[in-house]
Amino acid sequence: MEIDPLIFRLSIFILSIFVGYYVVWSVTPSLHTPLMSVTNAISSVIIVGAIIAGLSGDSESVFNTSSLFGFLAIALAAINIFGGFLVTQRMLAMYKKKKKDK
Amino acid sequence: MISANLSAIFYMVSGVLFILALRGLSSPETSRQGNFFGILGMIIAITVTFLATGSFSTGFIFVIIFILVGGSVGAFIAYRIPMTAMPELVAGFHSLVGLAAVFVAISAFLNPEAFNLGKPGNIKLGSLIEMSIGAAVGAITFSGSVIAFLKLQGIMSGSPIIFKGQHPLNAIILVSIIVLIYMLCSTQSSNLFWILLAVSFLIGFLLIIPIGGADMPVVISMLNSYSGWAAAGIGFTLENTALIITGALVGSSGAILSYIMCKGMNRSFFNVILGGFGATEDTSSTVNKEQRPVKSGNADDAAFLMKNASSVIIVPGYGMAVAQAQHALREMVDTLKKNDIKVSYAIHPVAGRMPGHMNVLLAEANVPYDEVFELEEINNDFANADVAFVIGANDVTNPVAKTDPQSPIYGMPVLDVEKCKSVLFVKRSLSPGYAGIDNDLFYKENTLMLFADAKKMTEDITKNL
Repeated sequence: MEIDPLIFRLSIFILSIFVGYYVVWSVTPSLHTPLMSVTNAISSVIIVGAIIAGLSGDSESVFNTSSLFGFLAIALAAINIFGGFLVTQRMLAMYKKKKKDK
Repeated sequence: MISANLSAIFYMVSGVLFILALRGLSSPETSRQGNFFGILGMIIAITVTFLATGSFSTGFIFVIIFILVGGSVGAFIAYRIPMTAMPELVAGFHSLVGLAAVFVAISAFLNPEAFNLGKPGNIKLGSLIEMSIGAAVGAITFSGSVIAFLKLQGIMSGSPIIFKGQHPLNAIILVSIIVLIYMLCSTQSSNLFWILLAVSFLIGFLLIIPIGGADMPVVISMLNSYSGWAAAGIGFTLENTALIITGALVGSSGAILSYIMCKGMNRSFFNVILGGFGATEDTSSTVNKEQRPVKSGNADDAAFLMKNASSVIIVPGYGMAVAQAQHALREMVDTLKKNDIKVSYAIHPVAGRMPGHMNVLLAEANVPYDEVFELEEINNDFANADVAFVIGANDVTNPVAKTDPQSPIYGMPVLDVEKCKSVLFVKRSLSPGYAGIDNDLFYKENTLMLFADAKKMTEDITKNL
């Protein structure tokens, strides 16, 4: 009997939880705020679903109810992607070491 | 058009890059590279999606337009936002992830054929379950984050909103969500789908209103976790590994942060979720309202004390963020350092309104991160320090957490500020912190209270040094 592909996805999911668990514990507490903003940005990879939804309209009518929700989701996720990565970068640029020459 | 297998491989690659993005945050040196990996992973995921759909028609142009519109709004916010507003920003961003998850789920429900999930009214059972879980968690994330945002922004009062029968009501709603998902899957009725969404929005709202302002670090971390689980739910629906991996990463990340925050307050997760801390036990602080003498001083006294010290430990708290005193504080420390006084910063895990809040503010004020220490790293040093300068913190220094088992904060890890030779307390008044309890530290022999706005006081001290 064949294994349902769902089981494979479930395996990926469970293993990723463990990877996340160990990786996040190794994050230094002083970077917990950037951690939140960057996780925010990457969870917006949900935009791939939004793009598929947005492109679901046929060639005559780009906009139908379903694709409209897709387009709205694209805009929301894009705010998060750009906002999340840029604000993380801005924060990380501020973390500096003590200057040696003093 | 690229094959489904090839795009699945690319999605896995971007999942790995996201793991590396989080891994980079293990130290500030590698963190910028980590962020770059994250951006790269996102570019790969989006590009592959375009190539996989293979239609570069009118719809494609609109996709680009919406990305650019959203992207410029996001970039604008990212550049303009002050660092003190970071908790609000993160809460706001969480709400967007939640809403995006809801929209994608709605779209998939209305037009399942586009996602290969079956036909309207006859969606594959597995997909429908995943979709409704994703939509429900997304909706909870959205409305919960909106409330958190309003509370942090001060539009809504930070004090807990509690009413009779709150917990039974929430329990009933949570059970009804499960029942609704079950019924939705057996009937495929679109009405049930809308009701499910409405009920989920409602419970997100009800779950967050009873939680007080100072518990926000837990709430934000928790919503961070929810946004991840919502993304994972949608990832299962769309059979997309990048989303599943990311959702799991973000979900566990938020869960760990919630755990760390709860531990920092010595409270269980359920205790925080059930809420109402600080609003219920107000009576205890008013009963024993004996007037005890405090020593208060001015900037001149503080400057004198610090000038004669050889080591100073700074303890910042939320009050510093409110007064935007981080730059003034750094200037004060610079002056101290010029006089060969050793200065370090001690940060309590729950100082501020989100994990790592104080660290970001100090970094913004150009404080080198190797002068900033966590509770465990620095707590033994207080005994050898001459002056502790507490600015905008309160409960996290209260020795009662170590001595009085009756106290609501008993057992919470605190900074051993009282072991310092002298303690300077910058505060606007003697009012207790959010826990509603008096701080014994105020009345100690070696404590000098500096009643003023944190920013103004630090500036005045610098002038007097």
